[in-house]
Amino acid sequence: MATLASPTRTAPAVTWEISDGIAVVVLDLQGHPVNVISRAVKDEFIACFAALADDARVRAIAFLSGKPDNFIAGADIEEFVRLGSASEAERLAADGQEMLERIARFPKPVVVGIHGSCLGGGLEFALACHYRVATDHSRTQIGLPEVQLGILPAAGGCQRLPRLIGARAALDMILAGKVERAAKAFRLGIVDELVAPPILNEITVRAAQKMAGGWRPKRKRPGGFVGFLLDGNPLGRRIVFRAAKKQVLERTAGHYPAPLAALEAVEHGMKYGITEGLKREAQLFGQLAVTDVSRKLVQIFFATNALKKDPGVQNAPPAARVTRLGIVGSGFMGSGIAGTAVAQAEVDVRMKDADLGRVAQGVLAARAILDDRLKRRRISKYEYARLVALLSGGDTYAGFGRAELTIEAVFEDLAVKQQVLREAEGVLPADGVFASNTSTIPITRIAEAAKDPERVIGMHFFSPVAKMPLLEVIPGARTTPQTISTAVAFGRRMGKTVIVVRDSPGFWVNRILAPYANEVGHLLADGASIDEIDSMAVRFGFPVGPVTLLDEVGLDVALKVAGVMQEAYGDHIVPAPGPGVGALVKAGRLGRKSGRGFYFYKDGKKRGVDENAYELLGAHPNGGPRPADILQRLVLGMVNEAARALGEGVVRNPRDGDIGAIFGFGFPPFRGGPLRYADDLGAERVVSDLERLAERHGVRFAPCEVLREQAGRGTKFYS
Amino acid sequence: MPGLNGRRVAVVAGVRTPFTKAGTALKDVRAVDLARYAARELLERTNLDGQEVDEVIFGQVVPSPLVPNIGREVSLLPQFPKEIPAYSLNRACASASQAITAGHDQIALGNAAVIIAGGAEALSDIPILASRRLADILVEASKAKSLGARLKAFTKIRPRDLVPVAPAIAEPSTGESMGQSAEKMAKENHIAREAQDRWALRSHTLAAKGTADGRLTAEIAPWLSSRPNEAIVRADNGIRTDSSLEQMAKLKPVFDRRYGSVTAANSSPLTDGASAVLLASSEAAQALGYEPLTYIRSYAVAAVDPGWQLLQAPVWAVPKALERAGIQWKDLGLIEIHEAFAAQVLSNLQGFAAKGWEINEDIINVMGGSIAIGHPFGATGGRLVITLSNEMVRRDVQFGLISVCAQGGMGFAMVLERR
Repeated sequence: MATLASPTRTAPAVTWEISDGIAVVVLDLQGHPVNVISRAVKDEFIACFAALADDARVRAIAFLSGKPDNFIAGADIEEFVRLGSASEAERLAADGQEMLERIARFPKPVVVGIHGSCLGGGLEFALACHYRVATDHSRTQIGLPEVQLGILPAAGGCQRLPRLIGARAALDMILAGKVERAAKAFRLGIVDELVAPPILNEITVRAAQKMAGGWRPKRKRPGGFVGFLLDGNPLGRRIVFRAAKKQVLERTAGHYPAPLAALEAVEHGMKYGITEGLKREAQLFGQLAVTDVSRKLVQIFFATNALKKDPGVQNAPPAARVTRLGIVGSGFMGSGIAGTAVAQAEVDVRMKDADLGRVAQGVLAARAILDDRLKRRRISKYEYARLVALLSGGDTYAGFGRAELTIEAVFEDLAVKQQVLREAEGVLPADGVFASNTSTIPITRIAEAAKDPERVIGMHFFSPVAKMPLLEVIPGARTTPQTISTAVAFGRRMGKTVIVVRDSPGFWVNRILAPYANEVGHLLADGASIDEIDSMAVRFGFPVGPVTLLDEVGLDVALKVAGVMQEAYGDHIVPAPGPGVGALVKAGRLGRKSGRGFYFYKDGKKRGVDENAYELLGAHPNGGPRPADILQRLVLGMVNEAARALGEGVVRNPRDGDIGAIFGFGFPPFRGGPLRYADDLGAERVVSDLERLAERHGVRFAPCEVLREQAGRGTKFYS
Repeated sequence: MPGLNGRRVAVVAGVRTPFTKAGTALKDVRAVDLARYAARELLERTNLDGQEVDEVIFGQVVPSPLVPNIGREVSLLPQFPKEIPAYSLNRACASASQAITAGHDQIALGNAAVIIAGGAEALSDIPILASRRLADILVEASKAKSLGARLKAFTKIRPRDLVPVAPAIAEPSTGESMGQSAEKMAKENHIAREAQDRWALRSHTLAAKGTADGRLTAEIAPWLSSRPNEAIVRADNGIRTDSSLEQMAKLKPVFDRRYGSVTAANSSPLTDGASAVLLASSEAAQALGYEPLTYIRSYAVAAVDPGWQLLQAPVWAVPKALERAGIQWKDLGLIEIHEAFAAQVLSNLQGFAAKGWEINEDIINVMGGSIAIGHPFGATGGRLVITLSNEMVRRDVQFGLISVCAQGGMGFAMVLERR
């Protein structure tokens, strides 16, 4: 799905020319970067096909996009958002299905030539046509991502795709909302032919001519003999569906209804035929379209898109173009940043560390990110060779003289970071930006060592850098707007969702995580068990519970962060009684990385709670706090802190805050983020719950001013 | 001093990989990767934007059939725009020197302003050829129209056809190997075994000193291993700190076991390595903010009959270069002579002395030479220019000379000047 900002159009989107018996139809939505299917476009389609059906000169149709790198990005999401009821949504789906049915049964062959993204409704349209040619270009992306917005492909996608490529492969794509490259789509049998971009139009027209002459493609049974065993008969399909259902439930923990509904739509259609299947598909779409989950996912989609265009600062001057990135500190973070920068932004990266052995390790670790992409065939061996040559390192600042941006990721210590800043300033180009990757040290403090604090900024990456989608950019007190827009723009080129955060202890993500993580200690002291705490959080929708999260982050790191946060926010982030995490760290238990933390690990896998941890912590699980109580203490503490920090201006708006929580540590997306969640509960209820918690467990739960005020006035974060 | 031929050409900087004995630290690295590494580190050290480079020229003596134009692969590093033309050349052991002077010529003529020139050799990775008969059969089979014809071609293969052919370091015109030539020169010029060993020991002693005090390692970009747990190579690994004349004397001659004097100890070893030099017109160097190390004042190449004294041609090349430079032997403050064999160095020096030139060993190969440091054929000429230029700066010497003997009876000489 894609957005269509303004519905007013003058020029037609669908035009055609007839030559030699072939109507070449071109879709080019005027005034928009990509093609999307709206009601208006649908009407044009219908009119076009009606005219071509009647035109005796036309024997076949070749359909192309007029956009340079886009076929059809999907249905018009704005239209979808305006849907008021399930029945209205069902009708929309049924309309679309009807139009595509008409094309599928069109008396003259319809051939599509696909270059660029062909997603959602775009692919469903292509599936209704009779022959598909696609370019073998990396921009050609094919998929049905609907479930990622909490809905399902409802223009026949759940029916036509399994019939074309087999139920197994179709479910694979539909249930995960996967988008595939053209080569994979060809292997799967979604497209019939793969061609080089310059000859796409010609081959598409030629295929239409061949089909006009009576030729029909012979398509093999999808998946060969194994495909027949599994997909080709009802018994095999039952096994496929059962396995898929189990997998979906495991992945969604029951929080997301869309994949299950899509599964049902596919299954229904395979059992009772395409007409029944389409009917069920439309019904289910109607139900999903108005679910809260879908609304939330769409909001996140819009917020992320808006953030992609947000320069991070008002009246932003254009960002400096970064062609060369310097990285000081080649440890885990430094190499993660280096590898991701090469893989995503394709910049020249020079790493520097005091010790050449560490540099070599860091370069190798950065390269591992490319190795992984090569192994998963995301890049060819030639691209790999080119990208690897972008990575290098040394034990001097050689090469930093041309780095438009330098990111330090050295040991988390003010003096060390300031020393690096002073050294780097001596070699960086006059307008080079210096960014500090820190989670706890105020940027303004680091910048005190700078000759030129205007060009110093914070870039807080999350670990592992290659996988974590969020980046916090933190301007110091004297950072210039251009420095901000340069850091934001580069973070985005690294594929990150970037939020600009005020320079304050913990920034945003660690700030709102602090009460959540801190509460673990209190809960354990009150007799809760480790697995109980984690399972409650997972049931709420977090990817992992807070105790597992601490083990993942590393207990030494967590302890350090906790210290900073307790010092800064001592009035409400108070240490739990007893020895606490410090006792574990002292015993050499640093979490996953040392094989032991709260849990123990073997061969890189979590093997269960380490009972010795309780002893070291002086805790005794006795079923003390009730499960509902555990959850409230974890979540409302976080909500309270998020509201307080937003009130302090730590993030610019609730959107940034919620996106930060979702992408930073996996706050359940279907709940929309902590602030959206507070809105849903209502400030009044949040305040009264917090007051009750404060009474029972201490003032750390006292509701913040922002929430009290909202409760008083009946206002919300999102109006 | 102004240039004598067109624009003046500066040696701005040079970098090389560590030189490592074949089959050791860099044995799994291809020559092209060594070359790219050296070129890239040169860019880092000079903070040069790849956009500034007009051409890339690299020398290589035993190219891989898979990468016939190593220079182009260097210029296709992602640090450069793809539009930089490049070529590779072969002047045997003087190849990198030749690449540098070829770059010099383009700049002097005004065809280019900035050029990267160098050379590389991976003697751990020499191409092994199939026999001519096997090659013929394979070609025939690939052209066969039917499976039957293809199989028929294959039936012609005999076991002896499968024996691979390794290229030898021998003169195609005489069949004489380098070592045999050195042996012949030792005898004709009466270079004693002890004198050879003494020169080899000197090479190791001075190279070890240059490594210990950092003068030699200053030109080396440490090789960061491309596999986990592999050691970083910071220095040349053929330099010995523990050898003595007594030990050397025990070695058997290799090429003439009865009456010979050339041994493994007084010859240069087979080596892997690459070197790269940044050349610029003096105007371009200034515009880019560089302070050049040296300027190229002149060069000359000479050749002799390979059947005579194969490695004696420098005795003809050097006077030509000096003449073109308009200076005399006694004006030279530093001299780098390529050491293929101690017997060859001493023969060359004898030839120079015969011209009435005074041989002052204190200014010759002051950080040792190829015997100790190693000799990756295509890269050595670059190493000599880098070593000499850096040392001319350190000692503030006005004129320096490099002298290289090369396969095919060729000799190469280049005069550098400081100001």
